[in-house]
Amino acid sequence: MKYCLFLLILFSLSFVSWHSDAQSYENAKHHQCLKCHSNQTYSFMNSVKGKEEKRLMNPYFILDTVAMTNGVHKPFDCTDCHSSEYASYPHNGNLKLEPLSTCLDCHGGDESFASYHFERIEEEFKKSVHYKVYGDNFSCSKCHSQHTYVATSRNSDNVLEIVDYSNKMCLSCHNDMKKYELISGHENPKLRQVHDWLPNQELHFKNVRCIECHTEVLDSLQVSHNILPKTQALRKCVECHSANSRLQASLYKYHNLQKRSENGELKMVLANESYVIGSHQIPHLKMASIVIFILTLVGIIIHATFRILKKK
Amino acid sequence: MTSAQKIYFYPVWLRIWHGFNALGILVLIITGISMQSSVEASQILSFNWIINLHNIAGIVVTLSYFIFFVGNLVTPNGKFYIVKPKGFLKRPIQQATYYAWGMFHGAKPPYPISEKRKFNPLQKYAYIAVMYIAVPVVIVSGFALLFPEIIIDQIYTFSGVFVTAIFHSAMGFFISVFLIVHLYIASIGKSPIENFKSIINGWHHVH
Repeated sequence: MKYCLFLLILFSLSFVSWHSDAQSYENAKHHQCLKCHSNQTYSFMNSVKGKEEKRLMNPYFILDTVAMTNGVHKPFDCTDCHSSEYASYPHNGNLKLEPLSTCLDCHGGDESFASYHFERIEEEFKKSVHYKVYGDNFSCSKCHSQHTYVATSRNSDNVLEIVDYSNKMCLSCHNDMKKYELISGHENPKLRQVHDWLPNQELHFKNVRCIECHTEVLDSLQVSHNILPKTQALRKCVECHSANSRLQASLYKYHNLQKRSENGELKMVLANESYVIGSHQIPHLKMASIVIFILTLVGIIIHATFRILKKK
Repeated sequence: MTSAQKIYFYPVWLRIWHGFNALGILVLIITGISMQSSVEASQILSFNWIINLHNIAGIVVTLSYFIFFVGNLVTPNGKFYIVKPKGFLKRPIQQATYYAWGMFHGAKPPYPISEKRKFNPLQKYAYIAVMYIAVPVVIVSGFALLFPEIIIDQIYTFSGVFVTAIFHSAMGFFISVFLIVHLYIASIGKSPIENFKSIINGWHHVH
């Protein structure tokens, strides 16, 4: 009988762990943690009053369960990162005070993540205004939600999607009074106002990543994490709108090179989605215009010389 | 020199148009070049100002183009721009030959200007190409670039904005080349500054 009971317990435990295993649920309501943390409300037994109570869930603790199942961390379960003591409910309040693992605890020094250059990213991040002003309060997760993060700029072939995903990371704080103030301690600047010098603002916001102007672009790192102070942000249109485009340095370069190998160079240069000014973007046209210009001048000089010689 | 040898060639409206057009296009060329190349023009003017100046000059040239267009419709000046099919190629070639060879060998100009003929054939073709093709194209494409939302997203596999920008700057380039040649040929005359005086005071001397 005891043996049977043991088997039964073992079986039910495996059942529970199967349900809470990673983010592979069909319905979040079946997940031990998410059945509350995907809900607007939660209930608990108030042992002081001796009755069950229903409360509103802190909106920042409600998780997007659909996004979680698509995120890079979907193979992990909640207690892989959060304390296993969260398994008991109601949770012990002190658990919140325990430090969580940082990203580099797992990603640092691991050969399987070498292509992501996590150590270089950390190095760059430490030079950034985010780190210099706010120190360790500014963690990776301030931009990269560990719950839902997707490596869009690596995996998507749609530039607009990459731009949108990247900009939403910045806007999640810079366009959110509460989250911005949590870290900075002051109100967030109004983005439309501070960018009112930028021509075609709407178009730029939709098609260009914030980091294009607000980071130091490095060819060797796909996304630079050295966010510059605003005084050093790019304000010169030619930096992007010229042949040696800054845009081509990172995202566009990556995409161009990839597509160029598929389509052949000239077609790709022409079919480039990036917004660039003028015929000087096409090396052949640039060369042609220089040749025509020089021929015109040479023609005039020869003609003028004859006019002077013949006194005409 | 008698008064009979002087022709009042350039009426006031035409000189006003030409003045605005000349100034506007000069500003457009200078700002245009500094915008699309990585020339460090910002030492003189900030990039924002270069864009503003380019836009303002573009609007000035557009307005002055209307003076030109309407002026040529309602005054007799328009007839100087009409091409006759007879000798369509022969006439400009004759003129080019004169510039390249004849004028240095004592030949008389094949198409001397008179009250009936304001432009020689080569000049006429160049003016038509610039004023009725290149300038309208830069105006239309320039306005399209001011309001990029009206440009179609894709032309075949190319970005519409990109194609428009190429047309705009390529035409702008040809206008620049025209301007250089125009200024040079204007210096051919009795004295190098004679034609420049004419476009300011309106009177042209026939020799």
